[in-house]
Amino acid sequence: MIEVKNLQKSFGDHVVLNGIDQKIEKGEKVVVIGPSGSGKSTFLRCLNRLEEPTGGEIWFEGNNITDPSCSIDKLRQKMGMVFQQFNLFPHLTVMQNLTLAPTKLGLMNQGEADKKAKELLERVGLPEKADTYPNMLSGGQKQRIAIARALVMNPDVMLFDEPTSALDPEMVGEVLSLMKELAMEGMTMVVVTHEMGFAKEVATRVLFIDEGKVKEENNPVDFFEHPENPRLQEFLSKVL
Amino acid sequence: MGFFENFQSALYQALIQDDRYLLYVNGIIKTIEISLLAIIIGIAIGLVIAVCKVASSNNKHLKWLNIICNLYITIIRGTPVMVQLLIIYNLIFTSRNTNEVVVGAICFGINSGAYVAEIIRAGIESIDIGQMEAGRCLGLNYIKTMRYIIIPQAIKNILPALGNEFIVLIKETSVAGMIAVTELTKAAQLVGNMSYRILPPLFIAAVCYLIMVLGLTKLLNVMERRLAQSDRG
Repeated sequence: MIEVKNLQKSFGDHVVLNGIDQKIEKGEKVVVIGPSGSGKSTFLRCLNRLEEPTGGEIWFEGNNITDPSCSIDKLRQKMGMVFQQFNLFPHLTVMQNLTLAPTKLGLMNQGEADKKAKELLERVGLPEKADTYPNMLSGGQKQRIAIARALVMNPDVMLFDEPTSALDPEMVGEVLSLMKELAMEGMTMVVVTHEMGFAKEVATRVLFIDEGKVKEENNPVDFFEHPENPRLQEFLSKVL
Repeated sequence: MGFFENFQSALYQALIQDDRYLLYVNGIIKTIEISLLAIIIGIAIGLVIAVCKVASSNNKHLKWLNIICNLYITIIRGTPVMVQLLIIYNLIFTSRNTNEVVVGAICFGINSGAYVAEIIRAGIESIDIGQMEAGRCLGLNYIKTMRYIIIPQAIKNILPALGNEFIVLIKETSVAGMIAVTELTKAAQLVGNMSYRILPPLFIAAVCYLIMVLGLTKLLNVMERRLAQSDRG
């Protein structure tokens, strides 16, 4: 579904990604971990070209998204993204946050979008918040709304960029359990996170990115029980 | 003659005699027409220039656009509005049947656009980059993200500065008398010439400007309060 070939990204002289090759199949749940500054967020943000890669290719559902002539806006509709800082639209109500994109893109009329949004609010457990503004919500609620906003577009893959890192500890659980539900329903997911418990439980594959390269990748059991790369061993000993 | 009688006769001459109040009324209407039109033109120009500047600031291929925008802003801000008015009136609108109100409005609109552009640009740049990213990630293109997500939030932040600009604009229209528009200030001068007492009509004009500006301030306050709706909580 997503194929990354020799992906490179540098900011000026600073090389962040130094040749990443990955193939993410439909239904996979790939968790990306690594020390801060390792390039894991940049890797994720390159997948929907939020960061412009400086080298290599990324293919999504048969389209080369690194080709400047591809219709990136169209492809992004199929790639949901959830941010660390939520990035809800503060001037719109929760309901309008959800319905803005599908209606303005002409994918649904207002009635259909409202119906779909209500279903999703129900699903993330916040139906009573439809008419409130984001500033009145807790961090956990904001992130659940952000997930619902991405789901309105019926994405084929969901990208999570440290979705729980800006949350109070007591709110991490509600977001993770929603993500687990999503995973169980078969959604393809790429998750950058520091939640090792989530990685162990949900991931089908775990990647360790360090110094702009994938240093190790494995199924979660072997990844955490028998790490081979010394940098990974050191990293795990610090975080576990 | 006592002070009170003096005041009364001055007021009579400046307002009532020969229906002179009609001159002020027409002047106020012209002032409002020019201001309103100019504000609309100014916002339209300012919005386009601001978005062009923001879009071109991080795109090498659009450097020429940035240069054009800067040129416009530099020239407009660097020359007096009265000179601009006279140039536009004499140079561009030399044909016989020009409508002076429209000429004035276009000139003040072009002038105001330069200031509004910088205000709006500051507003756009005050919005967190994550808002643009979130919009783009949903598949909205740059223009749609600007229109539905960035600009509405920016407007809210810059409303006080924008209000200030409009207040300045209303008062600046008083130089439109230079191109034979009988706006409020010109009307007051006319009455002064008729009655041989120049001061009372000018005071009346001043009060009229004050009332217009206060009305606009009130209107902006209402808008600000309405836009602050999402801040509760």
